[in-house]
Amino acid sequence: MSNSPGTSRTTRRAIHLAAHFPGVNNTTVWSAPPTPQAPQVSRPGSAGPTAERSATRQSAFGSQIDFSSFTHLARTAERGLFDFFFLAEGLRLREHQGRIHDLDVVGRPEAITVLSALAAVTEHLGLAATVNATFNEPYELARRLASLDHLSGGRAAWNVVTSSDAFTGENFRRGGFLDRADRYTRAAEFVAAARELWDSWPPGVERGRTGGATGSFAHHGQHFDIEGRFSVPRSPQGHPVVIQAGDSGEGREFAAATADVVFTRHGTLEAGREFYADVKGRLAAYGRRPDDLKIMPGVTFVLGDTAAEAQEKAAEIRRQQISPQTALLTLEQVWGVDLSRYDPDGPLPDIEPDYEAQLSQGRVRQADPRAIVASWRALAKEKGLSIRQTVIEATGRQSFIGTPEAVADELDTFVQTDAADGFILIPHLTPGGLDDFVKRVVPLLQERGSFRTRYTGSTLRAHLGLAQPLGEDTAA
Amino acid sequence: MPPLNRPLRLAVALDGGARYSASAFAERAQLAERGAFDFITLEDSLGQPAPGVGRLDALAVLASVAPATERIGLLPTVTTTHTEPFHLSASIATLDWVSRGRGGWIADVSTSEADARLIGRRPAAPIDELWHEAGEVVDVVTRLFDSWEDDAEIRDIATGRFIDRDKLHYVDFETATFSVRGPSIVPRPPQGHPVTAIDATAPHARQTAARYADVAFVRTQDPDTARAVRADLRERARAWGREPDRLIVLASLSVDLDASADAVALAELVAAWHTDGAADGFHFRPRDAERDLRLLVNGTVPVLQHRGLVRHFYPGATLREHLGLPRPTNRYALAREASAR
Ligand SMILES: Cc1cc2nc3c(=O)[nH]c(=O)nc-3n(C[C@H](O)[C@H](O)[C@H](O)COP(=O)(O)O)c2cc1C
Repeated sequence: MSNSPGTSRTTRRAIHLAAHFPGVNNTTVWSAPPTPQAPQVSRPGSAGPTAERSATRQSAFGSQIDFSSFTHLARTAERGLFDFFFLAEGLRLREHQGRIHDLDVVGRPEAITVLSALAAVTEHLGLAATVNATFNEPYELARRLASLDHLSGGRAAWNVVTSSDAFTGENFRRGGFLDRADRYTRAAEFVAAARELWDSWPPGVERGRTGGATGSFAHHGQHFDIEGRFSVPRSPQGHPVVIQAGDSGEGREFAAATADVVFTRHGTLEAGREFYADVKGRLAAYGRRPDDLKIMPGVTFVLGDTAAEAQEKAAEIRRQQISPQTALLTLEQVWGVDLSRYDPDGPLPDIEPDYEAQLSQGRVRQADPRAIVASWRALAKEKGLSIRQTVIEATGRQSFIGTPEAVADELDTFVQTDAADGFILIPHLTPGGLDDFVKRVVPLLQERGSFRTRYTGSTLRAHLGLAQPLGEDTAA
Repeated sequence: MPPLNRPLRLAVALDGGARYSASAFAERAQLAERGAFDFITLEDSLGQPAPGVGRLDALAVLASVAPATERIGLLPTVTTTHTEPFHLSASIATLDWVSRGRGGWIADVSTSEADARLIGRRPAAPIDELWHEAGEVVDVVTRLFDSWEDDAEIRDIATGRFIDRDKLHYVDFETATFSVRGPSIVPRPPQGHPVTAIDATAPHARQTAARYADVAFVRTQDPDTARAVRADLRERARAWGREPDRLIVLASLSVDLDASADAVALAELVAAWHTDGAADGFHFRPRDAERDLRLLVNGTVPVLQHRGLVRHFYPGATLREHLGLPRPTNRYALAREASAR
């Protein structure tokens, strides 16, 4: 191996790893014929093809809602010494052409409640909940996050996302009132207010020494005008870890000013380095050092015993991710028109797209549909591809494909060459999607001296190498 | 003594004692489970319970207790006044998922101006209005539970569909103070509807409890009061078109036990109340979380078990099963099936 751990260990940058519970989009493969040659769960006494089949299905195509799936993935991540476990959020079921989207996994539990339960079955693993800053209130959310931090002994994190769409707002008292321009001013003020609340109890105090004044706060701002006494004593981390996911200029500025971790989609080496340099470069203006903010792209991976086998598996997974129906729907999102009469195994439609139409609600919009149409047409023509083949070829290529050695090498390269501080791994299977990674890749990263061989701290801040915020008393 | 076709229901409050330690809560819950209590409760409030005193979010605490226990029901207090009903529904459904059908909640209101200023959205409102709104919140929360039919998830490979979207439903619920479109983001929880409880001691809460609650508490140390409130609740429930036996009324007793003799005396007392029809069961609120709970489990419960008034173990898996409450049918499934005929 090229890196001898003995010589370079001290200078290597440490990789941070997180486990994303499989999402509600077509990345998550929810069904396929079971692969009998690779049963991932073998139970003694479970004889016969039916038992074997159902055991395999449980690990490969398990429930997206049953608590056992969450414990399986969280325990796998903790066995792999991951920094944290991550749950996404969507506050309105997605729609396509005015109807609920029915092709992808859907239906998730509420994040903070699941993580509170997972706190009882894990010991070190960080627990990160995505929670929208638009449809919540600082007092309430600060209280729930501080509670999770207490219950987990200092392992809570909050992924701050924003929404400005009236579509999601239809589920809330507040409605879709927020201007897009305000989404981050509200988020920034929200985080600031939450931190004021987290600071409102002096460290080490569980019962007010100063009587009624303990927990006093007052925040009078553009978005929030609140005051009173916070009900949760200072939590083990002081401030739960703040994660930011959002890519616009405002989003990056918000991250640089406020966040401890950035969850990004820039998962290639070049795009990663550019993003990394851009965001880290913004920190100095806020008096922060590069290490104060960890950049973690969300990435997918496929492992094989040989490079060729990994590529084959990756292609097969993409076929599973893009069913004929999903291929048509993906095309409709780009074309902006109903294409249901087209054959997914036939050629791309020759009709002109409607670039203004928005067929889908509750999804991130396609960046530049014109450019996509042009490149997909060129791709289909060049290789003679059908609709489905084109979509398979053009979308959803996995970030890291190869042998465990190759994947470990690539991941490490990203971190050692300033393209990332670590990764949020997004498995395509529930709940067994990380089993192989933990068994085969983590030991290689450890051998290289790039990944911890045990947890040395008890809080998520400690895992991430982040400073403990000072309480009011000590800061003064 | 008349033969009891319904066992006496028993619940116990987990309040008091260590307030911030997950393991302390889990240990208390495990002790209550050894006593085969139907459920445990944990109080909550938006603001500090008393000046300078803190508390954790009760629903989160009981979610953390879920994996540490196997059978006992989990009922946190959840305030409805300043919270988004959509979020409440998702959290309560999730408590039911993580406990595999042992979840519920005690719906409460936030009446003070101080609480209103913590959120800053609207001023404090009169208590009758708040309880009326709490009823609407319970209503929409359970509609959201029903917004997924139990068999909505189909994983149909031939058509590429994960769900049958005809089995997902908009709730389109609108009141003077909020509106919710739906469907929920959480599939229908294991119990269909996690158990809804309301403290019906105050007259303001009574109508809402009679209309929507599965379990109502009456805080009193006096059997006549308990009997009168129970009769009132059952009468009102009937007026709402409900089967009164589907509303379980528990006398909520503050208990302060010094010794085993007290624990046995308490058993005698509750047996007498139950025989007199003062309550369907009891909710004990220990004065001292550790000591009183131990005495209840080791002293009171065995006497009641010996007399055949309470179970020795949990024959069912879900809280509804413990309480003898059926799993509710799904209103939208019924409507869809009716219109299909
Ligand atoms: C990697 C990544 C993950 C995200 N995950 C979520 C999510 O789980 N829930 C959500 O509501 N928004 C999510 N978002 C959306 C962002 O919060 C944000 O609203 C969106 O990116 C628009 O902000 P922007 O204009 O700064 O990009 C995610 C964004 C990124 C880049």
